[in-house]
Amino acid sequence: MSIFSFNQENEEKFNALLERYPDKNSLMLPSLWMVQYQEGWISLEAMQFIAKKLECSAMDVYSVASFYTMFLLQPIGTYHLQLCKTLSCMLAGSKTLQEHLQNRLGIKAGETSKDGKFTLTLVECLGSCGTSPCMRLNDDYIENLTLEKLDALLEELSHDR
Amino acid sequence: MIVKLVSKNFDIPEAYTLCVAQENGRYASLEKLFKMSPDEVTTEVEKSGLRGKGGGGAHTGEKWRLISPQNTKPVYLVINADEGEPGTFKDRQLLEFDPHLLIEGIICSSYAIGAHHAYVYIRGEYVFWMHRLQSAIDEAYEAGILGESILGHNYALHVTIHKGAGAYICGEKTALLESLEGKRGHPRLKPKGKEPEWFFGNPTVVNNVETIASVPYIINEGYGAYQMYGTKESPGTMLFGISGHVEHPGVYELPFGTSMKEVIYDLCGGIKDGKKLKAIIPGGSSVQILRADEIEDITLDYESLKAHGSSLGTGGMIVMNEDVSIPEVMKNLFEFYHHESCGQCTPCREGTGWVDRILAKILAGKGTKEDFDTILDACDMLNGKTICVFAPSVAFIAQSYIKKFREEFEALLK
Repeated sequence: MSIFSFNQENEEKFNALLERYPDKNSLMLPSLWMVQYQEGWISLEAMQFIAKKLECSAMDVYSVASFYTMFLLQPIGTYHLQLCKTLSCMLAGSKTLQEHLQNRLGIKAGETSKDGKFTLTLVECLGSCGTSPCMRLNDDYIENLTLEKLDALLEELSHDR
Repeated sequence: MIVKLVSKNFDIPEAYTLCVAQENGRYASLEKLFKMSPDEVTTEVEKSGLRGKGGGGAHTGEKWRLISPQNTKPVYLVINADEGEPGTFKDRQLLEFDPHLLIEGIICSSYAIGAHHAYVYIRGEYVFWMHRLQSAIDEAYEAGILGESILGHNYALHVTIHKGAGAYICGEKTALLESLEGKRGHPRLKPKGKEPEWFFGNPTVVNNVETIASVPYIINEGYGAYQMYGTKESPGTMLFGISGHVEHPGVYELPFGTSMKEVIYDLCGGIKDGKKLKAIIPGGSSVQILRADEIEDITLDYESLKAHGSSLGTGGMIVMNEDVSIPEVMKNLFEFYHHESCGQCTPCREGTGWVDRILAKILAGKGTKEDFDTILDACDMLNGKTICVFAPSVAFIAQSYIKKFREEFEALLK
């Protein structure tokens, strides 16, 4: 079993944040984010590590981590495509984009491509209704999405190593 | 039609940087602020009639007054930037184009309530906007606008960004605080009387981004200037976000009381591709839907929308053309609400799912007349039997969709 620990940068960040809250419990979400950015996902070992840091039980950490949809409790592909499916994006044609993505990548929503490059997720409202349809590529928003834009993007990413 | 009180700097290039922001009036209110007592600041905001712009519309000054003058505990200000009500995308404009206005508002508001630490809880998806605000905060610290003594005055204020992680319910203020305390975002039981919110047992005020960003104008120009706009019950302006089938979707700052029809047909260029209007959701997806024939004399303010059986909510309007299938719209929203129910109260956790499944059945052509009764029964089960207003809102929207577009649902029945 691998033992998780923060890298130096996160260790420093954690200690700096401790001073900014009245109680260390507030560091739950920031810690989970630090783990996710460090590892790409949040393992049980990492949750045990956080539990020790925050002086709570690992179950408390798991309970929180599993509540929030943005925390990844399993590894995913290099590129996380998160397509918004909620009303304004639906009205702007997100369903067509979803079908197109599924056909091109050969996966269904919620799956990762065999080469481990792409994970497609359908998400609820991204807060981009005025520039819908919208998709997130990892941390970036791609707004006013069209089939052409999508194709160009996938082309670019598939050449990327 | 457009009035720019908070959106004044939106079109100025690089107004998100400190020097451009200052050239364009940001932080000008601080000199005046520190000449006033905290009580005078609160009074000014009270008199302006400023109401919360996150959906609830509570009077901001009244909320601030809930912090007892006898209080000896630390006070906190929490900014709700967990924007995620479908149809709502206004706060991100402030974070993107004028983050220094938000910081200025945070300073004014914190000073009024006696807070020395403010947290901005931003939805996790808004990574770009979070970086924008963080750079602005860093610049402000560097310039002595934030920190131990603000611009040399004997007043300390720190601002920390807290990143959410994709839970819609964390936009509800008590769930937001639970989340800030490192727990699941479960809403809290409402207290019997009026009291402030509590963050680790300390009195706390939670305000929306746009509400806080409205404060510097009131301090600078006085409450009377703010009241020049809007209506008696809803003074001032609001950022309205319009999406869906209009030619020019976007965020527009308008005084309360603006005609809905004018906004859709004049400002937003009318319905896309020359189609006809079918329906409008006026204030974010959790408010009741309106038919095209109902909007004739609606004005955008709390009173008018209430009188027409809906709500102003967040001001996020979703416009739908004649080709839209209302049962499909309702299904889409119920997928959302089922997914986003926090799961704390059984009626909400289960009820949203029931309605979602029944709608799937109706859309698949397997629905029967009884399914309507089941949906309406489920609405009774949702309404008033849960901790927060998530479930009642869901019940009201279900009832309004079925009542106003019944024939469309019936056409799908066996």
